[in-house]
Amino acid sequence: MTDSQPEAIPQPDSLFVKGIKSIALLKESPVGMFGGFIVLMFVILAIFAPILAPFDPNSPILPFAYPGDRAPDGRMFLLGTDHIGRDILSRIIWGGQRVLFYATAATLSAYVVGIIMGLSAGYFRGWIDEVLSFFANVILSFPIMVLYVMIIAKVGASGANIVFAVVFASSPGIMRIVRGVTLDIATRDYIAAAQTRGEGPWYIMLVEILPNARGPLIVDFCLRMGYTTITIGALGFLGLGLPPPDPDWGGMITETRAFVTGGFPHMAILPAFAVSLLVLGFNLLADGLREVSMRD
Amino acid sequence: MLQMVLRRIGMMILIMLVVALLLFLINEGDPRLIARSVLGPYAQAEQLDAWIAKNGYDRSLFIRYFEWIGRVLTGDLGQSIIYKRPVSEIFWSRLGNTGILAGVTFVIMVIVALVLGVLAGMREGSLLDRTISVFSIATTSVPEYASAVILAGLFVFHLQWLPGTSSMTSGFDPVQLILPVLVLTLYGFGYIARMTRASMAEVMTTHYIRTAILKGLPYKRIIMKHALRNALIAPFTVIMLQINWLLSGVVVTEFAFGYKGFGALLLEAALRRDIFVIEACGIAAVFVAVLTQTVGDLGYTYLNPRIRFK
Repeated sequence: MTDSQPEAIPQPDSLFVKGIKSIALLKESPVGMFGGFIVLMFVILAIFAPILAPFDPNSPILPFAYPGDRAPDGRMFLLGTDHIGRDILSRIIWGGQRVLFYATAATLSAYVVGIIMGLSAGYFRGWIDEVLSFFANVILSFPIMVLYVMIIAKVGASGANIVFAVVFASSPGIMRIVRGVTLDIATRDYIAAAQTRGEGPWYIMLVEILPNARGPLIVDFCLRMGYTTITIGALGFLGLGLPPPDPDWGGMITETRAFVTGGFPHMAILPAFAVSLLVLGFNLLADGLREVSMRD
Repeated sequence: MLQMVLRRIGMMILIMLVVALLLFLINEGDPRLIARSVLGPYAQAEQLDAWIAKNGYDRSLFIRYFEWIGRVLTGDLGQSIIYKRPVSEIFWSRLGNTGILAGVTFVIMVIVALVLGVLAGMREGSLLDRTISVFSIATTSVPEYASAVILAGLFVFHLQWLPGTSSMTSGFDPVQLILPVLVLTLYGFGYIARMTRASMAEVMTTHYIRTAILKGLPYKRIIMKHALRNALIAPFTVIMLQINWLLSGVVVTEFAFGYKGFGALLLEAALRRDIFVIEACGIAAVFVAVLTQTVGDLGYTYLNPRIRFK
């Protein structure tokens, strides 16, 4: 808060309390709960990867082991190993950590950029809006994978560049949503009141408008986490993703997909299930949140 | 209406010009990089300079940009670095292949999505509605590269019904098209189906449908004659916008099945810095996307009488 708040207005719930309340509302949507549960499971796997992964994800132990086969030291490969003998379960767990980390970093960064652009466009309007909206139209007219392939081919494949590409490609979409909500909220009385109090434009945008725009943004954030997870996997699949040998799901699929038809389908199908399950979690969570928020 | 059509077309041309500028700056902004791509990694600095001077890349960006636009408009797409042939010789047949894949997918996807969406939206909250909704969320969560390997495991390895690649080396083979189309349809239909469902469910709550029901009209007739016409306006725009997503999916799917389309060409060119091929693919992709967006917008305006007669 800034220093220009003299009067003691009865404060509504803080953002934190509101957040807790909207999560608690989720229990009204079983589908949303299920999605949240899936996401939570992957988050726990990611956080405790060092404890939970039974093997080192990068060390070749026993090539072409099926699920249930045993390592030379007697431990079981629950999900088998890949073509160079790395434990698939451990690689899925560590890969999940990497995917979740980069998906979160990329989506959050895209949100910071998208929110700033959307708030400016919707609040200042005029030429700022025209320029930003035109820019958004240009970016959004690219088929998104074409844009990703061209950006990554230009700047090179690395974690930071993936974050950059996601910010570049998806912040215009976020901007459009924020702009729409901002245009609506900016006509409310409490905004006029804040303007009369003499608050600066950024204070109004960030403190008065943004918290009231959070409903559609939270839903969109979950959906976008899903998209970004898909994107990171797709880039890995196309050979433009996070650099090997550390595991990421898309890379695991592309390295082993030749063996699917050769009798070892588990190698590529298991990471394919992992990415689908996580995306399903995000989509169901978004669906549940949308349902709950529409009920209010 | 005419004024709006002209404005949208003007906007489309402007966006294409800016997209072309972006593509141009990314690929041809630095003449030394072009020369390096063309002459290879072992070329000496003097050779690069000579090449740049000989081909006119030492002139200003501005002039080169408009020259390039002129060449692209007359069909001259430059020389491919990988294939050592004019880009247009490779490009159009690749684009045609993608047209077949995307066209077949589009027709099947739209039919499946509309039928399921209408069925789900007819009786909101029914068991059928819930089943279709959950099914379409589930399929939308399986990205193309995941369903490609899962379906390959099932149909190619386990059941041995279908071929695992779609390279069409011995002539065009429709059987090789089945898996790519299936993969693209499964991932793409869910969104259209959900939009159709929402639109249908909304129409079913309107007064004129209630009137028709109270009049005692047969349910089938209410759906076919009264509800569908209005329920299918909103999905039209979504369907046109979906083409943009379909082109994204095409890149991944063509790579997954070795299908010789423009997506695979773009990927190959991007990995090996074949700049003129990248430019051609980029322009084509954005042109299709922008064109379908414009058609979608205009079609929606035309189909919706409340906007048309304003």
